[in-house]
Amino acid sequence: MSESNHFFAQAPHSPDTATRFADLHPPFERSAAFVESNRCLYCFDAPCTAACPTHIDVPRFIKKISSGNLQGSAKTILDANILGASCSRVCPVDVLCEGACVMHRYNKQPIAIAKLQRFAMDELHRSGAPLPFLPGRDTGKSVSLVGGGPASLACAAELRRRGVRAEIYDARPLPGGLNTYGVAEYKLPLAESLREIDLLAQLGVVFHCNVTVDAEMLAKLEAAHDAVFLGVGLGAIHQLGIASESLPGVCNALDYIAAYKSGAITSVPRRVAVIGGGNTAIDAANASVRLGAVDVHMIYRRGPEQMSAFAFEYEHAKLEGVKFLWHMQPIGIRGTDAVEAVELARLEATSDGSLVMRMGMNFELPVDLVVLAIGQSTHTDFLKGGKVKLERGRVLIDRATGQTSNPKYFAGGDCTNGGREVVDAVADGKRAGIGIAAWLEGQYANA
Amino acid sequence: MPTLETTFAGIPCINPFWLASAPPTNCGEQVMRAFDAGWGGAVWKTIGEPITNVSSRYSSIDWSGQRMMGLNNIELISDRPIEVNLREISEVKRRYPKHVVIASLMVESNQRAWHDIVERAEDAGADGLELNFGCPHGMSERGMGSAVGQVPEYCSQISEWVKERARTPVIVKMTPNISDIRMPARAAKRGGADALSAINTINSITGIDLDTLEPRPNVDGKSSHGGYCGPAVKPIALNMVQQIMSDRESVLPLSGIGGIGSWQDAAEFILLGAGTVQVCTAVMHYGYRIVEDMSDGLVAWMQKKGFETLDDFRGLTLSRVTDWKHLNLNYKIVARIHEQLCIGCELCYTACWDGAHQCIHLDRALPSPNTSRTPAMVTAESLSRISMTPIAKLDLDGAGETGPQRTPLSRIPRVDEHECVGCNLCSLVCPVPDCITMERVDNEPPETWDERMSAGMFKAGLPGHTKL
Repeated sequence: MSESNHFFAQAPHSPDTATRFADLHPPFERSAAFVESNRCLYCFDAPCTAACPTHIDVPRFIKKISSGNLQGSAKTILDANILGASCSRVCPVDVLCEGACVMHRYNKQPIAIAKLQRFAMDELHRSGAPLPFLPGRDTGKSVSLVGGGPASLACAAELRRRGVRAEIYDARPLPGGLNTYGVAEYKLPLAESLREIDLLAQLGVVFHCNVTVDAEMLAKLEAAHDAVFLGVGLGAIHQLGIASESLPGVCNALDYIAAYKSGAITSVPRRVAVIGGGNTAIDAANASVRLGAVDVHMIYRRGPEQMSAFAFEYEHAKLEGVKFLWHMQPIGIRGTDAVEAVELARLEATSDGSLVMRMGMNFELPVDLVVLAIGQSTHTDFLKGGKVKLERGRVLIDRATGQTSNPKYFAGGDCTNGGREVVDAVADGKRAGIGIAAWLEGQYANA
Repeated sequence: MPTLETTFAGIPCINPFWLASAPPTNCGEQVMRAFDAGWGGAVWKTIGEPITNVSSRYSSIDWSGQRMMGLNNIELISDRPIEVNLREISEVKRRYPKHVVIASLMVESNQRAWHDIVERAEDAGADGLELNFGCPHGMSERGMGSAVGQVPEYCSQISEWVKERARTPVIVKMTPNISDIRMPARAAKRGGADALSAINTINSITGIDLDTLEPRPNVDGKSSHGGYCGPAVKPIALNMVQQIMSDRESVLPLSGIGGIGSWQDAAEFILLGAGTVQVCTAVMHYGYRIVEDMSDGLVAWMQKKGFETLDDFRGLTLSRVTDWKHLNLNYKIVARIHEQLCIGCELCYTACWDGAHQCIHLDRALPSPNTSRTPAMVTAESLSRISMTPIAKLDLDGAGETGPQRTPLSRIPRVDEHECVGCNLCSLVCPVPDCITMERVDNEPPETWDERMSAGMFKAGLPGHTKL
């Protein structure tokens, strides 16, 4: 059915990486999960469920853990979020379900929802059972999905459950997008992302890897399928636009993270500077520490309050030993054959909030590796020419159905929302999958 | 400083806390350790002709992660020779003269056997005798235990036989496995009993293993009904104690038993007239050491309430338990939710809609009160709302919420006081103490069903519910 539905077996296996990137939050053992599940109050119209972009019925899956109905618990999670396993590991739950837990106002200890969800999903995986859903009766309709990240995976699952064929096209050797290549290994190991995808393959989702979809390919897909879903995510990381940026020893954070996750690199030089203040920058900095760097700096234009990284990520980076240089901007990279230092200028904020350089305050930070994490551009050039309506490079959609200005095109995930979390992409993909199936049914009825 | 010293049917007690006749009082070594821990008395594990027990004797009910909400046993009386038990009683009394040792007795139903065991127990030094008419399993199949307790004539007869010989107080232990506990209680009193103890364990099957389909406790694939005890049975025990203590033909000094494990439990039994209390399951669960807080907590409560002795509050609540027909029909309370304490779990809301009278609503954030919005509509609205992870740089309009915050008004339920019947359910399910209080709102003079009947406002027989 698919080229391969055994992606898990293709995961690189490095005991060294596994040791260096051991689980940041170790999983619950059965007894701990049981005790924690019994703390849940079982709120009505629970705020955790409302806060979750995929609206997982949290109290229900937790009650099922406490009743010993682990199969039912996993099904409750997957019914709302087909990537419930990876979301349980990567979601910033402090600002989602656990942040919304009423226990904050009771005994100040929110229910450990993420760990309970991971427990339920791990138990399902351990049992070797397939996804607790069957493909719907074949409608004869088919959809091509561009990009194999969380949005497309979630969309494809909804389509399969409704009897629509789903074929995913991805440029990389393995599917999963950022879930496979972009999440810190101590949160979500690459292999775990693939394990989840193998279950989707069992549901009949077809994967075409190593295929880059350009305008020409897109036209073919549109002709061959009843609808197209765009889940292409964002594009390349921005460049600094300064001299010597192409020297060996300068790389971007996403390639860097993908490289260590896939085993292409297993160690880094002693001194690393990460440029940027977002969650990806933190992931890159922490990874550097774990890969053996002894001197890791994060360099950010503003202060800690303005960092776009979540507060808990900042705290974690400090614990890992990352050092921070605030109000600094790289203005040059020094080196002959490779990077030797980065030249930094001090910045200060003016009364209107804009940043200006303080003259005569430049200094050089000796480094062996510079990692750029200063935001991504969009990746929608291949859609130009009026195929779908864009706004600042993002694909415009109807939020409820994922439909674009072109009725045959649907979209979701980072390419529509500017870059949020895995769970947001899953929610987008899920709504789009339901939206596509409903639209196809309408087309058929009207035919 | 209040004192816990008391006298029970003539027996001086250093405190009202006795161990019930059960595994914690199986032998002298145990009883002495219990006395060292602070127990004031012990009713010895029932003495009689030694029996053979089965292996696998207990099973229990867990609840919401808590172990042993209820415990069931199919163990019989002492499996040790009578003379060993009696020798150890002598030893304990010699070493602990101020502590109470009661010999629990059970022999076959003939006068001579009872005369004999009574004499031997008293010669050993027991301060009193407890007649086990309650054991609901095994022994009852042999014409003893609850087989006696369930037949008032037998209760009376054996009490008489015992009293013919006894020089110490005779306590008859009642079985709850009967339709009206006052019948055997009256019979025991007629037979001359000096005191009663209640309740023994309740017939039960605790559960079935869903893998093997075998009942618990599993004895080689089979089980037998056992005696149920522990926290779960306390309300049943309190009711039976009240029935006995409110019945002129039954009332005697009573040692309360059934689910007691804390000072609050003990105070409640004493408020319904108990002279002492007996404990088993809580000790089997946590050990003898629990008596420390039972004493400490009870004294602290007595001090707060201004009671100097147990007699100061013994039976105080009895007069407040009455027939339904004497309850004030004009008493009216309504639920009040204290917004500043509400955590927004909405358990009161779902309980009121599904389990009560549909008078709690989630409409505080709506433009006007809406009593027709159903729970299904509430959840459907939530699920149709699109939520996103709040990301500061993408949510410059402030749409994102982060982390803990005060309970939003939309999640704080509102009570429709005109429709509220004052059933208490919401205040019972609310996890936050004092968040939902029941406030008195009536302003009519008290009036009972009995009074309405007497005034000829209704035909006898069916209770009505509307006022004329």
